[in-house]
Amino acid sequence: MVMDNGKDPMLEMFIFETLQLSDQLEQLVLNSEKSDFFEAAEINEIFRIMHTIKGSASMMFFDSISGVAHAMEDMFDFLRTSHSVVVDYSRVCDLILRGIDFIKGEIAKIEAEQSADGNSAALLLDINVYLISLKENNGTSLPGDHNSEAAAAIDLNWDMEVVPDSDAFDRIGGNRFKALITFEDDCEMENIRAFNVIHKLGEMGELIEHYPADIEDSECIAVIREKGFEVVFAAESSREEMENFFCTLAFVESFELMEIVTEVENTKVQAEDLSSQSGPEVLNNKEIKSEKDVDNGAATPVKQSLISVQLSKLDQLLDLVGELVISETMVTSNPDLLMIHDKENFNKAARQHRKVINELQDIVMSIRMVPLAGTFQKMNRIVRDMSKKLGKPVDLMIHGEETEVDKNIIEHLSDPLMHLIRNAIDHGIEETPERIAKQKPTTGIIKLEAKSEGGDVWITIKDDGGGLDKEKILSRALEHGLVNKPESELSDQEIYAFILLPGFSTNTEVTEFSGRGVGMDVVAQNIEEIGGSVYIDSKINMGTTVSLKIPLTLAIIDGMGIRVGSSIYTVPITSIRESFKAREDEAFTDPDGQEMIMVRGECLPILRLHEMYKIQTAVNEIHNGIIMIAETDNRSVCLFADELIGEQQVVVKALPKYLKRIKGIGGCTLLGNGTSSLILDIAGLVSIRC
Amino acid sequence: MSEVMEQILELTEDTQKGKFLTFIIGREEYAIEIKFVTEILGGIQAITEVPEVPDYIRGIINIRGKIIPVMDVNIRFKKEPKPYGDRTCIAVIDIDDLSVGLIVDNVSEVLSIADENIVPPPDARSGFSNHYIKGIGKVGNTVKLILDCKILLGDEDLASHTEAS
Repeated sequence: MVMDNGKDPMLEMFIFETLQLSDQLEQLVLNSEKSDFFEAAEINEIFRIMHTIKGSASMMFFDSISGVAHAMEDMFDFLRTSHSVVVDYSRVCDLILRGIDFIKGEIAKIEAEQSADGNSAALLLDINVYLISLKENNGTSLPGDHNSEAAAAIDLNWDMEVVPDSDAFDRIGGNRFKALITFEDDCEMENIRAFNVIHKLGEMGELIEHYPADIEDSECIAVIREKGFEVVFAAESSREEMENFFCTLAFVESFELMEIVTEVENTKVQAEDLSSQSGPEVLNNKEIKSEKDVDNGAATPVKQSLISVQLSKLDQLLDLVGELVISETMVTSNPDLLMIHDKENFNKAARQHRKVINELQDIVMSIRMVPLAGTFQKMNRIVRDMSKKLGKPVDLMIHGEETEVDKNIIEHLSDPLMHLIRNAIDHGIEETPERIAKQKPTTGIIKLEAKSEGGDVWITIKDDGGGLDKEKILSRALEHGLVNKPESELSDQEIYAFILLPGFSTNTEVTEFSGRGVGMDVVAQNIEEIGGSVYIDSKINMGTTVSLKIPLTLAIIDGMGIRVGSSIYTVPITSIRESFKAREDEAFTDPDGQEMIMVRGECLPILRLHEMYKIQTAVNEIHNGIIMIAETDNRSVCLFADELIGEQQVVVKALPKYLKRIKGIGGCTLLGNGTSSLILDIAGLVSIRC
Repeated sequence: MSEVMEQILELTEDTQKGKFLTFIIGREEYAIEIKFVTEILGGIQAITEVPEVPDYIRGIINIRGKIIPVMDVNIRFKKEPKPYGDRTCIAVIDIDDLSVGLIVDNVSEVLSIADENIVPPPDARSGFSNHYIKGIGKVGNTVKLILDCKILLGDEDLASHTEAS
């Protein structure tokens, strides 16, 4: 169940992320509890966090964690869809915090290389019971004769609360039983019958746990029908009496009753610990904690080789190094030095100094840059597990994982990618028989590709599945009142873009992986946060392509410096096709005054930077300067500048907001000598000239 | 409610209240409230020109890795641009998280002007229509023109410029 190798990087990542998310959640819940109200945004946030924890935990096969997360997600799904609900917030907070403690306890166990075997039955029951009572109070209860049972469930819940769970097992006297009950074939609503059993058992003795744990969920009906309903309980009565009791229950077709014998011999040594390991168990956070304490004494937890640093500190560091570079120049080119004639020792020291600073600068830059490989590799695991679970053979092809992006971006990428991949497998790739019918290879292919183009990083996720159902999306969008244009004017892309809106899901079934309509809006939100955009394209039966465009800002790019007058502009290397010196007679002008040049049979427009930006320069003749062919999206333009300065890596910074947007400028950057340089946005320039 | 908060804010800014940074542009002495000023950079740094902005925006400079635009107040007031010299400096002001450097001829001093010594500028109807001036402070025999920083940075020109281009 658990990875035996504690140093598995995925496990480490999972531990790190889940702890971070639970901390975040805890903070959120505590804040909301103070104000005694959950904002809609907070509910959505909690819901997303639970969704993510659930997803990654089930990927790692930590079923206990994903179970708890699932239950909490259900609760918040209800809260966020029913707006006018009277909710006992402190109760909700208690439940969530218990859930967080449980998850943290499990994580601590995983960290200490133990199996995450905590039992969350009591917690799950509490959450479900509360959810039912919530639904009932707000008149959204399940139809049928469910109400009385639900009321009973609340009573039951009270019983559970009176006896603190941690000690419940110890306190419960009498005999312990395990019973497997099968209901009559045609009785229907098995889960409600099961509720009835639990309720009746509550009168006889103490319920300890039952399976399926989640009997409120209608999905469990099938499970009960197939495998029966399993309860573990304690009662003073003897086995015969219990057998008689089960015979009196309505709709029960047959049952197996087993008495459980607890090992009492070892209790002296580790009474508490053992009670959770032998026989049935009721664990809650308290017990996990005590267990954890024991563990800490014995086993040394796996040390994390990752530390999380505030990005703002890295920013400060980067800025300081920039300052250092400037002050170094100020020292070495200090006018006072002109007085000294023999400077050999000084020069030596200065060279050494500069070398160290350069190294420092490189390191600081590289700290922030992380290749996408780690994030992409994580997807391999998701694809593997999902294709197994869903029985769809899927291959993941990864390209360009060496593309480096800013740490900031990586952090925002992993969630969206995970959701996109899940969506692609769950909804995109068809079931095998369907694929055979469509004469496609049985194995679905998902291509995950990263490339930097023109200073942007593009990440595309392409599947060869069924494609998006345009009609279904459109009708769903109309249903939700999201369409504010005549249907005929909507482009395909605009229709596909509807799936990025919150709460939009064409999938009616909620599965473990996706279908709640949160996935795509998480994607859109995360990408927008870093100033990027999401494009969706799809062809029926050919598949869907989702492209994420991460903008110039935040990234470090290779740039080519060009000088125009006294200004230095930086052109992203990726957009440069070539640069050359033109002959005097090569350029020609059309009647509109557009200057053009013929390059190997291709006629390209010339854009004189000094004219466009009204910069004073001595270089006005086409043959004195340099022509640089810049290209984006297969459109090219020739930039005319004074000269090439050279190539260097630059950190892209946004222009001050005060300056608004300037056409053709994508951002600015600091040069080694402390001055700043503007980065040309080739796409913008091309659209000016073409 | 917001009034109460403003009062509290004002209390915390008490030490800065009534203090002004004065500088000279042309022949006049101007003053800005000290609470807006984050630092003063002596001497003119390397300014990177930025195209397609109003002429009073001289470009951008780099202060410890932070890139901020600089405005020549001389040109902003539609006076003849003056060459920068030793006494020219950049006063960095910060309003609503917006940092802008002001190029001024020279910074003279920081002084206190009591509220009662500040009079409102003449009414616009009397033919005096300099909307940058928020008040006129009397210090001894001299007057200081107190600038309204928000209007100084006010981007109606900038906005119209970018729209036009």
